[in-house]
Amino acid sequence: MNVTTGLAISRHRDYTGAKIGMWVFLLTELLLFGGMFLLYSVYRTTHAEDFHYAAQELNTLVGTMNTLILLTSSLTMVLSVATMHAARRKTAIGLLVLTIVLGIWFLVNKYFEWGAKFEHGLYPNSEFLLQHAKGEILFYGLYFSMTGLHGLHVLVGVILLTVTAFKTAKRPYEEVVFGGENAAAMAGARLALVDASGNRLWASDTIDDSVEKVSVRLKYLSVPRRVRKEDYALLENAGLYWHLVDIIWIFLFPLFYLIT
Amino acid sequence: MANHAITAGSFYQAKRYPGILGWVLSTDHKRIGILYLVSMLSFFLVGMTLGFLMRLELIAPGKQIVEAQTYNALFTLHGVIMIFLFVIPGLSASFGNFFLPLQIGAGDVAFPRLNLLSWWIFIAGAVLAVVAMFTGSGPPDTGWTFYAPYSLRTGTNVVLAVFAVFVLGFSSILTGINFITTIHRMRAPGMGWFRMPLFVWSLYATAWMQVLATPVVGINLLLIMAERLFGIGVFDPAKGGDPILYQHLFWIYSHPAVYIMILPAMGVISEIMPVFARRTIFGYKFIAFSSLAIAALGSLVWGHHMFVSGQSYAANTIFSLLTMLVAIPSAVKVFNWLATLYKGSIVLEAPLLYAMSFIFLFTIGGLSGMMIGVLSFDVHVHDTYFIVGHFHYVMFGGMGMAFFGALHYWFPKMFGRMYNKRTARIAWAHILVGFNVLYFPFFVLGWQGMPRRYYDYLPQYHTPHLISTIGSWILIAGILMMLTNLVRALKKGEIATGNPWGGTTLEWTTPSPPPVENFAEVPQVEHGPYEYGGAASK
Repeated sequence: MNVTTGLAISRHRDYTGAKIGMWVFLLTELLLFGGMFLLYSVYRTTHAEDFHYAAQELNTLVGTMNTLILLTSSLTMVLSVATMHAARRKTAIGLLVLTIVLGIWFLVNKYFEWGAKFEHGLYPNSEFLLQHAKGEILFYGLYFSMTGLHGLHVLVGVILLTVTAFKTAKRPYEEVVFGGENAAAMAGARLALVDASGNRLWASDTIDDSVEKVSVRLKYLSVPRRVRKEDYALLENAGLYWHLVDIIWIFLFPLFYLIT
Repeated sequence: MANHAITAGSFYQAKRYPGILGWVLSTDHKRIGILYLVSMLSFFLVGMTLGFLMRLELIAPGKQIVEAQTYNALFTLHGVIMIFLFVIPGLSASFGNFFLPLQIGAGDVAFPRLNLLSWWIFIAGAVLAVVAMFTGSGPPDTGWTFYAPYSLRTGTNVVLAVFAVFVLGFSSILTGINFITTIHRMRAPGMGWFRMPLFVWSLYATAWMQVLATPVVGINLLLIMAERLFGIGVFDPAKGGDPILYQHLFWIYSHPAVYIMILPAMGVISEIMPVFARRTIFGYKFIAFSSLAIAALGSLVWGHHMFVSGQSYAANTIFSLLTMLVAIPSAVKVFNWLATLYKGSIVLEAPLLYAMSFIFLFTIGGLSGMMIGVLSFDVHVHDTYFIVGHFHYVMFGGMGMAFFGALHYWFPKMFGRMYNKRTARIAWAHILVGFNVLYFPFFVLGWQGMPRRYYDYLPQYHTPHLISTIGSWILIAGILMMLTNLVRALKKGEIATGNPWGGTTLEWTTPSPPPVENFAEVPQVEHGPYEYGGAASK
């Protein structure tokens, strides 16, 4: 008996589709931040001098450190994808965890950096800030909202990478399911594994009316010839997201910390 | 909802969970499409009721039924509900979800679970919008545009309402991503780009706009929230912020949003015309590319909402010019539809009647749009009823009529039953007449100087306001008649065949309602979408 199941396997495994979806999503993220960069450029032009003074208050050392941390995390991220393609699962997971740790480190730094600003009375709508020139109020309004939104993205990225780490730690599998009429047609039969010389290695129970569906799960060993990029679309997409978060910081850093 | 019109093997029978869970947890694009349809029609009825109350208040000068503050809340909620819960997701989320995979010969959309998630997010946004109405310090009274600085100052519940809109935008983005990927990756073998039905083309153009424009308003609304919660100052003039920048960011999304609404509507018309004229569509490629042209040009015209906001004269002139240019691809479509009817074997059923009223009303809406795109004219009618008349003709006369048309066109496919065709035509006549009696006086009122969003008016405006309110009754009677007819048909209508209208696109090759996997075998596409034979087809 022939049962065609090719469709059932390939249906949710569209690697290119997953990549297209992710890239389009990244585009929306760029536009989300784009709105803020637009505001920044307008206010920077109209209040150039105030921005100049306000920027001197920011801690360039912490900013530089965070830039280095994020850049390194992008490196570990891309290495994680590369080692996974080379079927070195444990190394890949290790590198992924390292990326997560670096992301958390970035957030901790950010926490202390913001905390110090708050201690000096420097936060949106604070009395201290409102005494300053309008351009400085705008600078800090933008600083807190832009780095805040970016920090939120780092947090989401850390969560996403954690989920990815758990999912990638499992071996990929494909499942062929015979359900409905196909399962009914199998009534009374058994499934068996047979070796080359015809010996039965394993056999299932008889499939009777109580069987709703028959599922064959193919789990892949982590050896190079079994590694297909299709199985790691999530890892690659999580990596893409992480790089985007990194790239946005690459622009935030000079715009707020370096241009004074 | 689940028990009507069950035919053997339809997707209504294939349920993984019992009862309502079989709907709200299903990743079948057809079920999700119907979920959207039912939820959006409910919101439409709420929005319609709010509009009805507004018209009732305006039936005569002075206070009639509500206080001024309540009236402000009414027009804000009417706008928010109609725009964000009905018109923007409208056709693409409901009929798009149901028919995009069917029309391209696919089993589902590219990301079925993401699709379900976007419906959940949509409902979450809707719930937030409702909660914003009843909690905090009163329903928002800013108008649907949430213009700063008033939205920063008003004591009403703006934060929650703005967040609701942000959440709804997120749902829209996810649907857009899903559709783009689906159209790129899931077309049946042989279905090249120029064999896609035109509804699919319009969904494709729409999806790109959803994806590119929505994040901009998203960040803008987040900043309004941050402004109210933390006082960051970016839109607050007292702290150096510029409210005009809010308007820019708002319209960078919200003008393309107009085309997000109208493009799928145009797609529906392009489907209905060839089927009921029994003739291949005239100028297929022109219609397809005009969708993309509208999407591209429509993204560059937002400044025409700000002619009197203190934009530079140069910017005004450029935006005015670009606004005029959008008329070209729109007119290309209108002429092609009319040319499709020419020498066709016309079958005058409800879907075609709605499609033709779309063309009539959209032309009035579009041409009045050209008028207010003219700088000198706009200065006079800006923020008057003329504007309100214009966008009701475009949105309701355009998107609304196409939505009703789509409902009548695809109803037998979706539910496996046919409605009473005669009642459908009578309801259509009420809707068309009521619509014009309701909204045409707006042009007159605006021309005479009646400002929009006003609770009260001078006695000289009484007659047009009175006529308009009477029109609202005719319109609502027509809509209720239409919906009753359809709901009745769910249980009592004749059983519909697989292809009751003689359509040639792939969805009509499936049984009505379609089975859960859509196509028993992957269809092989060998010709264009509207092949009716004869010399006219290519």
